Amino acid sequence: MHITEILFWILTALALFSALMVVSSDNPVHSVLWLILVFMAITGHYILMNAQFLAIVNMIVYAGAIMVLFLFVIMFMNLNKDSEPQKSVWLRLAAVVSGGSLLLILVAALKDNGGYINSMKGEGSIGLIKNLGNTLFTEYVVPFEISSILFLSAMVGAVVLGKKESSTPAA
Amino acid sequence: MEMLAIDLSLGLEKLLLIGGIISFSLLVAMYTTYGERKIAAWMQDRRGPNRAGPFGLLQPAADGLKLFFKEEIIPLTSNRMLFVLGPALAMITAMLTSAVIPWGPTIEVFGRQVSLQIADVNIGILYIFGVVSMGVYGIMIGGWASNNKFSLMAAVRGASQIISYELAMGLSLIALLMLTGTLSLKSIVAQQMTGGWNIIYQPLGFLIFLICVFAECNRTPFDLPEAENELNFGYHQEYSSMKLGLYLFAEYVNMFISSAVVATLFFGGYDIPFVDEASLAANIGVNATAALGFAALFSKILFFLFLFIWVRWTIPRFRYDQLMDLGWKKLIPLALANMLITAVVVLWLNK
Repeated sequence: MHITEILFWILTALALFSALMVVSSDNPVHSVLWLILVFMAITGHYILMNAQFLAIVNMIVYAGAIMVLFLFVIMFMNLNKDSEPQKSVWLRLAAVVSGGSLLLILVAALKDNGGYINSMKGEGSIGLIKNLGNTLFTEYVVPFEISSILFLSAMVGAVVLGKKESSTPAA
Repeated sequence: MEMLAIDLSLGLEKLLLIGGIISFSLLVAMYTTYGERKIAAWMQDRRGPNRAGPFGLLQPAADGLKLFFKEEIIPLTSNRMLFVLGPALAMITAMLTSAVIPWGPTIEVFGRQVSLQIADVNIGILYIFGVVSMGVYGIMIGGWASNNKFSLMAAVRGASQIISYELAMGLSLIALLMLTGTLSLKSIVAQQMTGGWNIIYQPLGFLIFLICVFAECNRTPFDLPEAENELNFGYHQEYSSMKLGLYLFAEYVNMFISSAVVATLFFGGYDIPFVDEASLAANIGVNATAALGFAALFSKILFFLFLFIWVRWTIPRFRYDQLMDLGWKKLIPLALANMLITAVVVLWLNK
Protein backbone atom coordinates (compact mmCIF):
# COMPACT_ATOMS: atom_id res chain seq x y z
CA MET A 1 0.00 0.00 0.00
CA HIS A 2 1.21 3.45 -0.83
CA ILE A 3 1.84 5.84 2.05
CA THR A 4 -0.88 8.22 0.83
CA GLU A 5 -3.37 5.40 0.95
CA ILE A 6 -2.36 4.40 4.47
CA LEU A 7 -2.68 7.99 5.62
CA PHE A 8 -6.06 8.26 3.89
CA TRP A 9 -7.46 5.26 5.74
CA ILE A 10 -6.04 6.37 9.09
CA LEU A 11 -7.55 9.84 8.67
CA THR A 12 -10.85 8.41 7.51
CA ALA A 13 -11.09 6.08 10.47
CA LEU A 14 -10.18 8.93 12.80
CA ALA A 15 -12.76 11.25 11.26
CA LEU A 16 -15.56 8.69 11.41
CA PHE A 17 -14.75 7.57 14.94
CA SER A 18 -14.56 11.15 16.21
CA ALA A 19 -17.78 12.04 14.44
CA LEU A 20 -19.50 9.13 16.18
CA MET A 21 -18.06 10.28 19.49
CA VAL A 22 -19.42 13.80 18.88
CA VAL A 23 -22.98 12.53 18.88
CA SER A 24 -22.60 9.80 21.47
CA SER A 25 -20.56 11.39 24.26
CA ASP A 26 -22.48 12.54 27.31
CA ASN A 27 -20.55 15.67 28.07
CA PRO A 28 -21.07 18.52 25.56
CA VAL A 29 -17.55 19.79 26.11
CA HIS A 30 -16.23 16.39 25.06
CA SER A 31 -18.47 16.57 22.00
CA VAL A 32 -16.89 19.86 20.97
CA LEU A 33 -13.39 18.46 21.48
CA TRP A 34 -14.22 15.42 19.35
CA LEU A 35 -15.60 17.77 16.71
CA ILE A 36 -12.27 19.59 16.67
CA LEU A 37 -10.63 16.24 16.01
CA VAL A 38 -13.03 15.67 13.10
CA PHE A 39 -11.97 18.99 11.60
CA MET A 40 -8.32 18.09 12.08
CA ALA A 41 -8.83 14.81 10.24
CA ILE A 42 -10.56 16.66 7.39
CA THR A 43 -7.65 19.10 7.29
CA GLY A 44 -5.42 16.09 6.85
CA HIS A 45 -7.57 14.94 3.93
CA TYR A 46 -7.22 18.32 2.28
CA ILE A 47 -3.45 18.10 2.61
CA LEU A 48 -3.53 14.67 0.97
CA MET A 49 -5.32 16.31 -1.96
CA ASN A 50 -2.56 18.96 -2.03
CA ALA A 51 -5.11 21.65 -1.19
CA GLN A 52 -2.81 23.35 1.30
CA PHE A 53 -4.67 26.63 1.48
CA LEU A 54 -8.02 24.98 2.02
CA ALA A 55 -6.47 22.76 4.68
CA ILE A 56 -4.99 25.59 6.68
CA VAL A 57 -8.08 27.78 6.37
CA ASN A 58 -10.20 24.88 7.54
CA MET A 59 -7.92 24.62 10.55
CA ILE A 60 -7.83 28.35 11.32
CA VAL A 61 -11.50 29.12 10.80
CA TYR A 62 -13.29 25.96 11.86
CA ALA A 63 -11.00 24.24 14.31
CA GLY A 64 -9.44 27.46 15.54
CA ALA A 65 -12.09 30.16 15.69
CA ILE A 66 -15.57 28.69 15.48
CA MET A 67 -14.89 25.78 17.81
CA VAL A 68 -13.34 28.12 20.38
CA LEU A 69 -16.58 30.10 20.42
CA PHE A 70 -18.59 26.88 20.78
CA LEU A 71 -16.37 25.83 23.65
CA PHE A 72 -16.77 29.26 25.21
CA VAL A 73 -20.52 29.08 25.34
CA ILE A 74 -20.68 25.47 26.46
CA MET A 75 -18.12 25.92 29.21
CA PHE A 76 -20.12 28.82 30.61
CA MET A 77 -23.46 27.04 30.47
CA ASN A 78 -22.05 24.16 32.51
CA LEU A 79 -24.41 21.60 31.02
CA ASN A 80 -24.54 18.15 32.49
CA LYS A 81 -26.86 15.23 32.74
CA ASP A 82 -28.62 16.35 35.92
CA SER A 83 -29.42 19.87 34.84
CA GLU A 84 -30.58 18.90 31.36
CA PRO A 85 -34.30 18.11 31.19
CA GLN A 86 -35.20 14.83 29.50
CA LYS A 87 -36.44 15.34 25.96
CA SER A 88 -39.87 13.99 25.10
CA VAL A 89 -40.26 10.89 22.94
CA TRP A 90 -41.80 12.84 20.07
CA LEU A 91 -38.85 15.22 19.97
CA ARG A 92 -36.43 12.31 19.79
CA LEU A 93 -38.47 10.70 17.04
CA ALA A 94 -38.46 13.94 15.06
CA ALA A 95 -34.69 14.21 15.50
CA VAL A 96 -34.17 10.67 14.25
CA VAL A 97 -36.41 11.25 11.22
CA SER A 98 -34.77 14.51 10.21
CA GLY A 99 -31.27 13.16 10.78
CA GLY A 100 -32.14 10.06 8.77
CA SER A 101 -33.45 12.06 5.84
CA LEU A 102 -30.29 14.18 5.78
CA LEU A 103 -28.26 10.97 5.66
CA LEU A 104 -30.44 9.70 2.82
CA ILE A 105 -29.84 12.86 0.79
CA LEU A 106 -26.10 12.75 1.43
CA VAL A 107 -25.85 9.11 0.41
CA ALA A 108 -27.97 9.75 -2.69
CA ALA A 109 -25.81 12.71 -3.67
CA LEU A 110 -22.52 10.87 -3.19
CA LYS A 111 -23.57 7.51 -4.64
CA ASP A 112 -23.36 8.44 -8.31
CA ASN A 113 -20.39 10.70 -7.90
CA GLY A 114 -17.56 8.19 -7.77
CA GLY A 115 -15.88 9.43 -10.93
CA TYR A 116 -15.63 12.96 -9.68
CA ILE A 117 -14.21 11.95 -6.33
CA ASN A 118 -11.59 9.75 -7.98
CA SER A 119 -10.41 12.70 -10.07
CA MET A 120 -9.44 14.60 -6.93
CA LYS A 121 -6.09 12.85 -6.50
CA GLY A 122 -3.12 14.59 -4.94
CA GLU A 123 -1.16 15.81 -7.96
CA GLY A 124 -3.36 18.77 -8.85
CA SER A 125 -2.35 22.28 -7.91
CA ILE A 126 -5.91 23.61 -7.82
CA GLY A 127 -5.80 23.94 -4.06
CA LEU A 128 -2.64 26.04 -3.93
CA ILE A 129 -3.20 29.61 -2.92
CA LYS A 130 -2.13 31.19 -6.21
CA ASN A 131 -4.60 29.26 -8.36
CA LEU A 132 -7.34 29.59 -5.81
CA GLY A 133 -6.85 33.36 -5.61
CA ASN A 134 -6.83 33.73 -9.38
CA THR A 135 -10.04 31.78 -9.78
CA LEU A 136 -11.75 33.48 -6.89
CA PHE A 137 -10.99 37.02 -8.02
CA THR A 138 -11.59 36.58 -11.75
CA GLU A 139 -14.12 33.92 -12.57
CA TYR A 140 -16.06 33.91 -9.32
CA VAL A 141 -15.61 37.49 -8.20
CA VAL A 142 -19.33 38.33 -8.07
CA PRO A 143 -20.43 35.41 -5.88
CA PHE A 144 -17.37 36.02 -3.73
CA GLU A 145 -18.26 39.66 -3.11
CA ILE A 146 -21.93 38.86 -2.59
CA SER A 147 -21.08 36.27 0.04
CA SER A 148 -18.86 38.81 1.81
CA ILE A 149 -21.80 41.24 1.90
CA LEU A 150 -23.91 38.44 3.31
CA PHE A 151 -21.38 37.91 6.09
CA LEU A 152 -21.27 41.63 6.80
CA SER A 153 -25.03 41.85 7.11
CA ALA A 154 -25.06 38.79 9.36
CA MET A 155 -22.50 40.46 11.58
CA VAL A 156 -24.41 43.73 11.75
CA GLY A 157 -27.57 41.77 12.48
CA ALA A 158 -25.86 39.95 15.36
CA VAL A 159 -24.69 43.24 16.83
CA VAL A 160 -28.15 44.77 16.53
CA LEU A 161 -29.76 41.75 18.16
CA GLY A 162 -27.13 41.56 20.86
CA LYS A 163 -27.36 45.21 21.80
CA LYS A 164 -29.56 45.80 24.80
CA GLU A 165 -32.41 48.20 24.30
CA SER A 166 -31.84 50.95 26.79
CA SER A 167 -35.15 51.45 28.58
CA THR A 168 -34.02 54.77 30.01
CA PRO A 169 -32.41 57.11 27.50
CA ALA A 170 -28.83 57.83 28.37
CA ALA A 171 -28.29 61.21 29.93
CA MET B 1 1.45 11.84 -4.02
CA GLU B 2 5.01 12.75 -4.87
CA MET B 3 5.02 15.11 -1.94
CA LEU B 4 4.63 12.18 0.42
CA ALA B 5 6.92 9.70 -1.26
CA ILE B 6 9.74 10.39 1.16
CA ASP B 7 13.14 8.84 0.60
CA LEU B 8 15.00 7.54 3.59
CA SER B 9 17.97 9.90 3.78
CA LEU B 10 15.71 12.92 3.50
CA GLY B 11 13.57 11.53 6.29
CA LEU B 12 16.62 10.98 8.46
CA GLU B 13 17.87 14.48 7.72
CA LYS B 14 14.54 16.05 8.63
CA LEU B 15 14.31 13.93 11.77
CA LEU B 16 17.72 15.11 12.90
CA LEU B 17 16.79 18.68 12.11
CA ILE B 18 13.53 18.43 14.06
CA GLY B 19 15.33 16.90 17.02
CA GLY B 20 17.99 19.58 16.88
CA ILE B 21 15.55 22.46 16.67
CA ILE B 22 13.31 21.15 19.44
CA SER B 23 16.17 20.56 21.86
CA PHE B 24 17.65 23.91 20.92
CA SER B 25 14.36 25.73 21.59
CA LEU B 26 14.01 23.95 24.91
CA LEU B 27 17.55 24.93 25.86
CA VAL B 28 16.95 28.55 24.87
CA ALA B 29 13.64 28.59 26.74
CA MET B 30 15.42 27.24 29.84
CA TYR B 31 18.00 29.96 29.73
CA THR B 32 15.35 32.58 28.99
CA THR B 33 13.91 31.86 32.42
CA TYR B 34 17.37 32.45 33.83
CA GLY B 35 17.74 35.60 31.73
CA GLU B 36 14.36 36.83 32.87
CA ARG B 37 15.32 36.50 36.51
CA LYS B 38 18.74 38.04 36.03
CA ILE B 39 17.41 40.99 34.05
CA ALA B 40 14.57 41.53 36.51
CA ALA B 41 17.11 41.50 39.31
CA TRP B 42 19.30 43.96 37.46
CA MET B 43 16.37 46.31 36.87
CA GLN B 44 15.34 46.14 40.50
CA ASP B 45 18.88 46.48 41.82
CA ARG B 46 19.09 42.93 43.16
CA ARG B 47 21.50 40.09 42.42
CA GLY B 48 19.15 37.44 41.08
CA PRO B 49 19.93 33.71 41.11
CA ASN B 50 23.61 33.25 41.97
CA ARG B 51 23.88 30.09 44.08
CA ALA B 52 23.62 27.15 41.67
CA GLY B 53 26.82 27.00 39.65
CA PRO B 54 28.93 29.96 38.51
CA PHE B 55 26.73 33.08 38.21
CA GLY B 56 23.78 30.83 39.02
CA LEU B 57 24.01 29.28 35.56
CA LEU B 58 22.70 25.92 36.77
CA GLN B 59 19.57 27.53 38.19
CA PRO B 60 17.29 26.49 35.27
CA ALA B 61 18.37 22.87 35.67
CA ALA B 62 17.71 23.06 39.40
CA ASP B 63 14.25 24.55 38.73
CA GLY B 64 13.46 21.82 36.24
CA LEU B 65 14.54 19.07 38.62
CA LYS B 66 12.53 20.61 41.42
CA LEU B 67 9.42 20.63 39.28
CA PHE B 68 9.96 17.02 38.23
CA PHE B 69 10.36 15.78 41.79
CA LYS B 70 7.38 17.61 43.25
CA GLU B 71 4.27 15.70 44.13
CA GLU B 72 1.79 15.46 41.32
CA ILE B 73 -1.73 16.35 42.34
CA ILE B 74 -4.75 15.80 40.16
CA PRO B 75 -7.84 17.31 41.77
CA LEU B 76 -10.58 14.84 42.54
CA THR B 77 -13.35 16.70 40.75
CA SER B 78 -11.29 17.55 37.71
CA ASN B 79 -11.71 15.92 34.37
CA ARG B 80 -8.69 13.64 34.50
CA MET B 81 -7.95 13.07 30.86
CA LEU B 82 -8.43 16.67 29.78
CA PHE B 83 -6.51 17.85 32.82
CA VAL B 84 -3.48 15.98 31.51
CA LEU B 85 -4.15 16.92 27.90
CA GLY B 86 -4.09 20.69 28.59
CA PRO B 87 -0.39 21.22 29.36
CA ALA B 88 0.64 18.71 26.69
CA LEU B 89 -1.31 20.64 24.07
CA ALA B 90 0.17 23.93 25.23
CA MET B 91 3.68 22.57 24.81
CA ILE B 92 3.03 20.83 21.47
CA THR B 93 1.49 23.88 19.85
CA ALA B 94 4.33 26.03 21.14
CA MET B 95 6.78 23.70 19.39
CA LEU B 96 4.88 23.17 16.14
CA THR B 97 5.46 26.69 14.82
CA SER B 98 9.19 26.11 14.53
CA ALA B 99 8.59 23.85 11.52
CA VAL B 100 8.29 26.62 8.94
CA ILE B 101 10.94 29.02 10.21
CA PRO B 102 14.10 29.08 8.07
CA TRP B 103 16.91 28.86 10.61
CA GLY B 104 19.67 29.51 8.12
CA PRO B 105 20.65 29.21 4.46
CA THR B 106 21.32 25.85 2.83
CA ILE B 107 24.39 24.04 4.14
CA GLU B 108 26.45 21.22 2.70
CA VAL B 109 26.91 18.00 4.64
CA PHE B 110 28.88 15.21 2.93
CA GLY B 111 28.08 16.68 -0.46
CA ARG B 112 24.35 16.93 0.26
CA GLN B 113 22.44 20.18 0.16
CA VAL B 114 20.66 20.42 3.48
CA SER B 115 18.07 23.13 4.02
CA LEU B 116 17.92 24.46 7.58
CA GLN B 117 14.13 24.62 7.44
CA ILE B 118 11.97 21.68 8.37
CA ALA B 119 9.22 22.35 5.84
CA ASP B 120 9.15 25.01 3.15
CA VAL B 121 5.41 24.86 2.57
CA ASN B 122 3.92 27.48 0.30
CA ILE B 123 1.50 28.60 2.99
CA GLY B 124 4.22 29.27 5.58
CA ILE B 125 2.67 32.23 7.38
CA LEU B 126 -0.83 30.77 7.36
CA TYR B 127 0.58 27.63 8.94
CA ILE B 128 1.85 29.77 11.82
CA PHE B 129 -1.62 31.25 12.18
CA GLY B 130 -3.18 27.82 12.20
CA VAL B 131 -0.91 26.63 14.97
CA VAL B 132 -1.38 29.80 16.99
CA SER B 133 -5.14 29.41 16.81
CA MET B 134 -4.68 25.88 18.16
CA GLY B 135 -2.70 27.30 21.06
CA VAL B 136 -5.90 28.54 22.68
CA TYR B 137 -6.98 25.00 23.42
CA GLY B 138 -4.12 24.29 25.79
CA ILE B 139 -5.28 27.14 28.01
CA MET B 140 -9.02 26.53 27.61
CA ILE B 141 -8.96 22.79 28.17
CA GLY B 142 -6.63 23.10 31.14
CA GLY B 143 -8.69 25.85 32.71
CA TRP B 144 -11.99 24.07 32.26
CA ALA B 145 -10.79 20.63 33.29
CA SER B 146 -9.46 22.01 36.59
CA ASN B 147 -13.08 22.52 37.67
CA ASN B 148 -12.20 25.75 39.41
CA LYS B 149 -14.00 29.03 38.86
CA PHE B 150 -10.84 31.09 38.78
CA SER B 151 -9.21 28.76 36.29
CA LEU B 152 -12.27 28.87 34.05
CA MET B 153 -12.44 32.67 34.15
CA ALA B 154 -8.74 32.89 33.34
CA ALA B 155 -9.06 30.40 30.52
CA VAL B 156 -11.95 32.29 28.97
CA ARG B 157 -10.06 35.54 29.30
CA GLY B 158 -7.03 34.04 27.66
CA ALA B 159 -9.05 32.62 24.80
CA SER B 160 -10.94 35.83 24.08
CA GLN B 161 -7.72 37.82 24.24
CA ILE B 162 -5.98 35.53 21.79
CA ILE B 163 -8.92 35.54 19.35
CA SER B 164 -9.19 39.32 19.47
CA TYR B 165 -5.54 39.97 18.82
CA GLU B 166 -5.31 37.34 16.12
CA LEU B 167 -7.46 39.59 13.93
CA ALA B 168 -5.19 42.63 14.13
CA MET B 169 -2.20 40.35 13.69
CA GLY B 170 -3.62 38.90 10.49
CA LEU B 171 -4.52 42.31 9.11
CA SER B 172 -1.05 43.70 9.79
CA LEU B 173 0.45 40.71 8.01
CA ILE B 174 -1.75 41.17 4.93
CA ALA B 175 0.00 44.49 4.29
CA LEU B 176 3.35 42.72 4.52
CA LEU B 177 2.18 39.99 2.17
CA MET B 178 1.12 42.58 -0.41
CA LEU B 179 4.72 43.77 -0.51
CA THR B 180 6.35 40.36 -0.62
CA GLY B 181 3.78 38.60 -2.78
CA THR B 182 4.56 35.24 -1.20
CA LEU B 183 3.57 33.29 1.89
CA SER B 184 6.73 31.22 2.08
CA LEU B 185 9.02 32.40 4.85
CA LYS B 186 12.08 31.31 2.93
CA SER B 187 11.24 33.56 -0.05
CA ILE B 188 10.43 36.42 2.31
CA VAL B 189 13.91 36.16 3.81
CA ALA B 190 15.48 35.90 0.36
CA GLN B 191 13.70 39.09 -0.71
CA GLN B 192 14.90 40.93 2.36
CA MET B 193 18.51 39.92 1.63
CA THR B 194 18.48 41.88 -1.62
CA GLY B 195 15.81 44.50 -1.09
CA GLY B 196 16.30 45.66 2.48
CA TRP B 197 14.48 44.58 5.61
CA ASN B 198 10.71 44.75 5.75
CA ILE B 199 10.79 46.95 8.84
CA ILE B 200 11.77 49.85 6.52
CA TYR B 201 8.63 49.42 4.43
CA GLN B 202 6.25 48.35 7.17
CA PRO B 203 7.08 50.15 10.43
CA LEU B 204 3.44 50.45 11.48
CA GLY B 205 2.73 46.88 10.50
CA PHE B 206 5.67 45.77 12.59
CA LEU B 207 4.46 47.71 15.60
CA ILE B 208 0.97 46.19 15.39
CA PHE B 209 2.41 42.74 14.85
CA LEU B 210 4.73 43.08 17.83
CA ILE B 211 1.91 44.18 20.14
CA CYS B 212 -0.20 41.25 18.98
CA VAL B 213 2.69 38.86 19.56
CA PHE B 214 2.91 40.08 23.14
CA ALA B 215 -0.80 39.43 23.52
CA GLU B 216 -0.59 35.97 21.94
CA CYS B 217 2.23 34.97 24.27
CA ASN B 218 0.26 36.15 27.32
CA ARG B 219 3.14 38.37 28.33
CA THR B 220 2.84 41.55 30.35
CA PRO B 221 1.08 43.94 29.73
CA PHE B 222 -1.30 41.31 28.35
CA ASP B 223 -0.91 38.64 31.02
CA LEU B 224 -4.51 38.87 32.20
CA PRO B 225 -5.06 35.09 32.15
CA GLU B 226 -2.62 34.84 35.03
CA ALA B 227 -3.40 38.08 36.84
CA GLU B 228 -2.66 36.82 40.31
CA ASN B 229 -4.34 39.64 42.19
CA GLU B 230 -7.68 38.99 40.49
CA LEU B 231 -7.54 35.30 39.63
CA ASN B 232 -5.16 33.78 42.17
CA PHE B 233 -2.87 31.99 39.77
CA GLY B 234 -4.87 31.94 36.56
CA TYR B 235 -5.63 28.93 34.42
CA HIS B 236 -2.87 26.80 35.93
CA GLN B 237 -4.07 27.26 39.50
CA GLU B 238 -4.74 23.57 40.10
CA TYR B 239 -1.63 22.31 38.38
CA SER B 240 1.41 21.05 40.19
CA SER B 241 4.72 19.43 39.41
CA MET B 242 5.80 19.15 35.79
CA LYS B 243 2.33 19.88 34.39
CA LEU B 244 2.63 23.36 35.81
CA GLY B 245 6.20 23.34 34.54
CA LEU B 246 5.00 22.59 31.02
CA TYR B 247 2.56 25.49 31.08
CA LEU B 248 5.18 27.91 32.34
CA PHE B 249 7.76 26.52 29.97
CA ALA B 250 5.43 26.71 26.96
CA GLU B 251 5.26 30.45 27.51
CA TYR B 252 9.02 30.73 27.13
CA VAL B 253 9.11 28.47 24.11
CA ASN B 254 6.35 30.63 22.61
CA MET B 255 8.42 33.73 23.27
CA PHE B 256 11.42 32.21 21.57
CA ILE B 257 9.51 31.07 18.49
CA SER B 258 7.60 34.35 18.23
CA SER B 259 10.88 36.27 18.38
CA ALA B 260 12.13 34.08 15.56
CA VAL B 261 8.99 34.81 13.53
CA VAL B 262 9.29 38.57 14.08
CA ALA B 263 12.98 38.49 13.18
CA THR B 264 12.23 36.47 10.05
CA LEU B 265 9.32 38.57 8.84
CA PHE B 266 10.58 42.06 9.58
CA PHE B 267 14.31 41.91 10.32
CA GLY B 268 15.72 39.85 7.49
CA GLY B 269 15.86 36.46 9.22
CA TYR B 270 19.34 35.00 8.78
CA ASP B 271 20.48 37.98 6.70
CA ILE B 272 23.74 39.45 8.04
CA PRO B 273 23.33 43.24 7.89
CA PHE B 274 25.57 45.17 5.46
CA VAL B 275 27.20 41.97 4.17
CA ASP B 276 26.76 40.39 0.76
CA GLU B 277 26.23 36.71 1.60
CA ALA B 278 27.04 35.42 -1.87
CA SER B 279 30.55 36.87 -1.96
CA LEU B 280 31.10 35.89 1.66
CA ALA B 281 30.17 32.31 0.83
CA ALA B 282 32.70 32.36 -2.01
CA ASN B 283 35.39 33.48 0.42
CA ILE B 284 34.90 31.45 3.56
CA GLY B 285 32.69 28.60 2.34
CA VAL B 286 28.98 27.82 2.48
CA ASN B 287 28.87 26.26 5.92
CA ALA B 288 30.74 29.07 7.66
CA THR B 289 28.39 31.59 6.05
CA ALA B 290 25.43 29.56 7.23
CA ALA B 291 26.84 29.54 10.75
CA LEU B 292 27.26 33.31 10.64
CA GLY B 293 23.74 33.69 9.25
CA PHE B 294 22.35 31.59 12.06
CA ALA B 295 24.33 33.68 14.54
CA ALA B 296 22.77 36.82 13.03
CA LEU B 297 19.27 35.36 13.35
CA PHE B 298 20.00 34.24 16.88
CA SER B 299 21.23 37.66 17.97
CA LYS B 300 18.05 39.21 16.55
CA ILE B 301 16.03 36.64 18.49
CA LEU B 302 17.98 37.41 21.65
CA PHE B 303 17.19 41.09 21.23
CA PHE B 304 13.47 40.37 21.04
CA LEU B 305 13.66 38.04 24.02
CA PHE B 306 15.28 40.87 25.91
CA LEU B 307 12.49 43.19 24.73
CA PHE B 308 9.87 40.75 26.07
CA ILE B 309 11.58 40.70 29.44
CA TRP B 310 12.25 44.42 29.48
CA VAL B 311 8.59 45.23 28.85
CA ARG B 312 7.46 42.77 31.48
CA TRP B 313 9.45 44.45 34.22
CA THR B 314 8.63 47.98 33.07
CA ILE B 315 4.96 48.20 32.18
CA PRO B 316 2.02 47.33 34.43
CA ARG B 317 -0.85 45.12 33.32
CA PHE B 318 -3.88 46.38 31.39
CA ARG B 319 -7.36 46.28 32.79
CA TYR B 320 -9.59 43.90 30.89
CA ASP B 321 -11.72 46.57 29.20
CA GLN B 322 -8.58 48.49 28.23
CA LEU B 323 -7.24 45.34 26.64
CA MET B 324 -10.37 44.82 24.56
CA ASP B 325 -10.48 48.53 23.65
CA LEU B 326 -6.92 48.44 22.42
CA GLY B 327 -7.49 45.30 20.41
CA TRP B 328 -10.80 46.06 18.75
CA LYS B 329 -11.02 49.85 18.61
CA LYS B 330 -7.42 50.87 18.07
CA LEU B 331 -5.30 48.10 16.59
CA ILE B 332 -7.83 46.76 14.08
CA PRO B 333 -8.68 50.16 12.52
CA LEU B 334 -4.99 51.01 12.49
CA ALA B 335 -4.14 47.72 10.81
CA LEU B 336 -6.93 48.25 8.26
CA ALA B 337 -5.63 51.74 7.47
CA ASN B 338 -2.11 50.36 7.13
CA MET B 339 -3.40 47.69 4.78
CA LEU B 340 -5.29 50.18 2.59
CA ILE B 341 -2.36 52.59 2.35
CA THR B 342 0.02 49.77 1.49
CA ALA B 343 -2.37 48.50 -1.17
CA VAL B 344 -2.70 51.94 -2.73
CA VAL B 345 1.05 52.50 -2.75
CA VAL B 346 1.75 49.07 -4.22
CA LEU B 347 -0.81 49.64 -6.98
CA TRP B 348 0.53 53.12 -7.68
CA LEU B 349 4.14 51.95 -7.94
CA ASN B 350 3.22 49.03 -10.19
CA LYS B 351 1.21 51.19 -12.59
